[in-house]
Amino acid sequence: MTDHAIVATHVSKQFGDTVVLRDINMEVERGKVSCLIGPSGSGKSTLLRCIAFLEQATSGTILVEGQPLGFVGDGKDRRRQSPAELRKVRSKIGMVFQQFNLWPHMTALGNVSAALRRVRGMSRSEAEDRAMRQLDHVGLKERAGHYPSQLSGGQQQRVAIARALALDPTIMLFDEPTSALDPELTGEVLSVMRELAAEGMTMVVVTHEIGFAASVGHKVAFLDGGKLLFHDTPEAVFQKPREPRLEQFLDTYLDRGAAMLK
Amino acid sequence: MTWKLFSLLLEASLMTLLVSSISILVGLGIAIVLSGMRMSGNRALFAITGVFISFFRGVPLLVQLLLIYNLLPVLGLTLPSLATAIIGLSLCTAAYQAENLRGGFEGVPKGLVESAEMAGFSPVQTFIHIRTPIALRMTFPALVNEAILILKSSSLVSAIGLIELTKMAQNLAASTYMPLPIFASAGVIYLAINLVVAWLGRRAENALPGLPTK
Ligand SMILES: Nc1ncnc2c1ncn2[C@@H]1O[C@H](COP(=O)(O)OP(=O)(O)O)[C@@H](O)[C@H]1O
Ligand SMILES: [Mg+2]
Repeated sequence: MTDHAIVATHVSKQFGDTVVLRDINMEVERGKVSCLIGPSGSGKSTLLRCIAFLEQATSGTILVEGQPLGFVGDGKDRRRQSPAELRKVRSKIGMVFQQFNLWPHMTALGNVSAALRRVRGMSRSEAEDRAMRQLDHVGLKERAGHYPSQLSGGQQQRVAIARALALDPTIMLFDEPTSALDPELTGEVLSVMRELAAEGMTMVVVTHEIGFAASVGHKVAFLDGGKLLFHDTPEAVFQKPREPRLEQFLDTYLDRGAAMLK
Repeated sequence: MTWKLFSLLLEASLMTLLVSSISILVGLGIAIVLSGMRMSGNRALFAITGVFISFFRGVPLLVQLLLIYNLLPVLGLTLPSLATAIIGLSLCTAAYQAENLRGGFEGVPKGLVESAEMAGFSPVQTFIHIRTPIALRMTFPALVNEAILILKSSSLVSAIGLIELTKMAQNLAASTYMPLPIFASAGVIYLAINLVVAWLGRRAENALPGLPTK
């Protein structure tokens, strides 16, 4: 057993003839936060989705907490995991999507307690108690009875985070969790994530919030054209002189965080 | 047209309501199972649902009812005409409801299914707890529409001997020689029932919690 929560080895992904990920090797240590940055279309979401096996890598392997996820074996012997095995390993991962993906026919409490009941087999009251604590944790206890359509984007995303955390993952994956939010609502989501990082959660965060990446990330990964150009400490990645591709990328993201690095 | 005659029609309309409402619900259940079979990825199940839906949508309901009515005894089943009527109407509406639901199932955003998958739901659990309730909400107006169609189509079960509103009207018309007021009354009763169903449907639709926005 290594100290790595996630190990991606030689991961490539093609959609038809389009190569989206090229031989990615990436390790994420337990309890550490890796922020994935890069231009739009560079393959950030695809990499995250390959890690979670929502997308099947064309080749390569993913280890989650030391266990293969999705495929076992390599080369000729590579085969798909059974659904039961897949669910078992995948239960270590919680995922938060750009579009929240809350179930619209359930209240916030319903969203957070559903899997506790259906997958973990808890009784309704047990599941709801637990869900309520999780909602409290993200500051949304009073909104428990609201449907997603009755919540702001920031609140929806916090419910989505609570939903993932309720299942006790050891790893959280975030795919641009604040990109669908109005600027004034990103703060509440980022602060929940900051707190989670401080509690020692292993996280991989795809983000355009360069300031967040620089301050919260233990590592910053820069993806360009499907290649992982760096995966290093923020200091090492952002120090000058910078790689020209990264410099060019930062120039196009003149948010406060990026400006701070200028 | 006396109150006595009208009250006989009203009484018979309870049978119309009974047959129709049970058929709608049983048909909905069958339609959901058919949708699940169609989406299972199993080619044999997919083919079976295709044949089922084509048959029940392509053959006139009256012919279906007469077929079932005459087929069951051959199979050694003698059922009361109420049960036969419910079987016939349920199978027919199931085919239409499955078609209606198809659009709803296709409209369930992929991300909602992925978040269920990440939460550990099996495909069957995702179908039951996520896809189906969302598909039902998205196609709810079509369901109300189908309910109204079935209420009207239930007049055909008079052909297999069930005394519902239409059959009662026919009987009364024959015995009283007053077909016009009697059939007019039957028409008014059908219309009143369907207006109420449409109104309840709109209220229920507004009360349903949010649909996915995309
Ligand atoms: N399901 C898919 N089918 C075909 N091409 C896809 C699919 N998903 C993503 N792509 C392509 O892969 C590339 C990388 O996409 P993505 O991982 O979403 O990039 P990013 O998240 O960095 O913006 C894009 O060119 C995109 O068009
Ligand atoms: Mg993306």
